[in-house]
Amino acid sequence: MPDTGAMLPVQVSGLSYHAGGRTLIDQIDLEIASKGITVIMGPNGAGKSLLLRLLHGLLPPTSGSIRWDGQPASDAHRRRQAMVFQRPVLLRRSVAANIEFALDLHGNQDPARRDTVLSAVDLLDYAAQPARRLSGGEQQRLALARALATDPEVLFLDEPTANLDPAATAVIEAAVGRIRDAGTKAVFVTHDIGQARRLADDIVFMHRGRICETGYAVTFFDTPRTSEAQQFLQGELVL
Amino acid sequence: MQEFVAAFAEAFNLIVAGDGDLLEIVGLSLRVSLTAVGISCVIGFPLGAVIGIGDFRGRQCIIVCVNALMGLPPVVVGLVAYLILSNSGPLGWLDLLYSPTAMIIAQTILVAPIVTALSRQIVEDFHAEYAELFRSLSVPHRTAVTTLLMDAKHSLATVALAGFGRAIAEVGAVIIVGGNIDHLTRVMTTAIALETSKGNLALALALGMILIVLSLAVNATVSLLREASGQPADA
Ligand SMILES: Nc1ncnc2c1ncn2[C@@H]1O[C@H](COP(=O)(O)OP(=O)(O)OP(=O)(O)O)[C@@H](O)[C@H]1O
Ligand SMILES: [Mg+2]
Repeated sequence: MPDTGAMLPVQVSGLSYHAGGRTLIDQIDLEIASKGITVIMGPNGAGKSLLLRLLHGLLPPTSGSIRWDGQPASDAHRRRQAMVFQRPVLLRRSVAANIEFALDLHGNQDPARRDTVLSAVDLLDYAAQPARRLSGGEQQRLALARALATDPEVLFLDEPTANLDPAATAVIEAAVGRIRDAGTKAVFVTHDIGQARRLADDIVFMHRGRICETGYAVTFFDTPRTSEAQQFLQGELVL
Repeated sequence: MQEFVAAFAEAFNLIVAGDGDLLEIVGLSLRVSLTAVGISCVIGFPLGAVIGIGDFRGRQCIIVCVNALMGLPPVVVGLVAYLILSNSGPLGWLDLLYSPTAMIIAQTILVAPIVTALSRQIVEDFHAEYAELFRSLSVPHRTAVTTLLMDAKHSLATVALAGFGRAIAEVGAVIIVGGNIDHLTRVMTTAIALETSKGNLALALALGMILIVLSLAVNATVSLLREASGQPADA
């Protein structure tokens, strides 16, 4: 991994995204910490996925800026990031070939790397299987392994465990925990309050395209300041 | 009626005995159409992919044109190819008219738009699914094209077969540029047309039966491939 200096923290200012005549992301100012796991929470349609796409450079913002360590976001920054989508997008190839695809793109010829990342998500025995024949949980683990293969400095995860059972969720959470410990920054979107408590170092709480509240996870869960966050944490419907 | 029965019996005998003329005609048909389809795929797959995932001005216009070319009547293609290859045409100096090569050229003009248009649609559908992943992984354009073509290979195989079905069954284009010359440019469809008009029903029927079997085989292969590629486990 070519390390051309630090990339973090990421600073977002005045970020907006409009589509279909609606303001979907509304003037967001945000700084995401350089270390640990930042969890983005909020009700459906809050704009969590959009924010993640904007941060990762999959969508151009309508206005505002995203700066990685002071530099305007660029393709070079995106090459040092990876993303796991809510619905895994796997190539119609073997499990191993899906990993090799990402490795080849990054010019990584190390044959051991593929097996390392597959073992990290417990999929080594499935290396020769067609990726599309895996179960939903296995597919999501493979998507995570592919994201890890390129050794990203920042990993975005969009509700990677939304449809998974507790066992599959545990594998993913453990893997994310390990990469955090290895120094990779993770930005994790989830609905699941329990999961947020288990993983988060800090929290970004969104509602209707805006950021309601940010802070350390401990503080947020003990003393949420906004009524939206309080209601969300009490399991009430936030409308 | 008796005449028909006799013709059928004779046709059957020709096939079973492996009649020399019959085999020659079938062989040339296959050679011409398979070559034309091969060339069409070499042109049409990448071209379809580039149009399918492209984001350039005039793209919509190109798509409309290619789709329109898909429906070209074979006789019109034959006429165009004739004009190009005839002595006074731009490629007249190649002296290709009334040769198998001329037939291959004409069928390529006929089939290449079909392959291009159908593969454009397929690649576009695949790309809709893969686009964000490609962007996330910063996949270069060329790699995106080859990856999409690789992953869509089952669907693209059905496209090639559709092109072959069209080529092997058409008569208008090959008769104009080939001329249906015995032992040189006579293929199944032109032979059927000629032998029927001459009253030689046996050979015409024999060729007709082979043509039907071929088209059944193509269709069976297409549905097998459809089944294979329709499964989520398409890998
Ligand atoms: N390209 C688009 N055009 C128009 N509207 C869009 C587009 N993309 C997203 N939206 C809308 O923006 C809003 C936020 O979408 P987003 O996917 O970010 O929500 P989310 O917070 O991730 O929700 P969920 O928890 O359901 O995944 C939604 O109302 C959605 O319908
Ligand atoms: Mg979402």
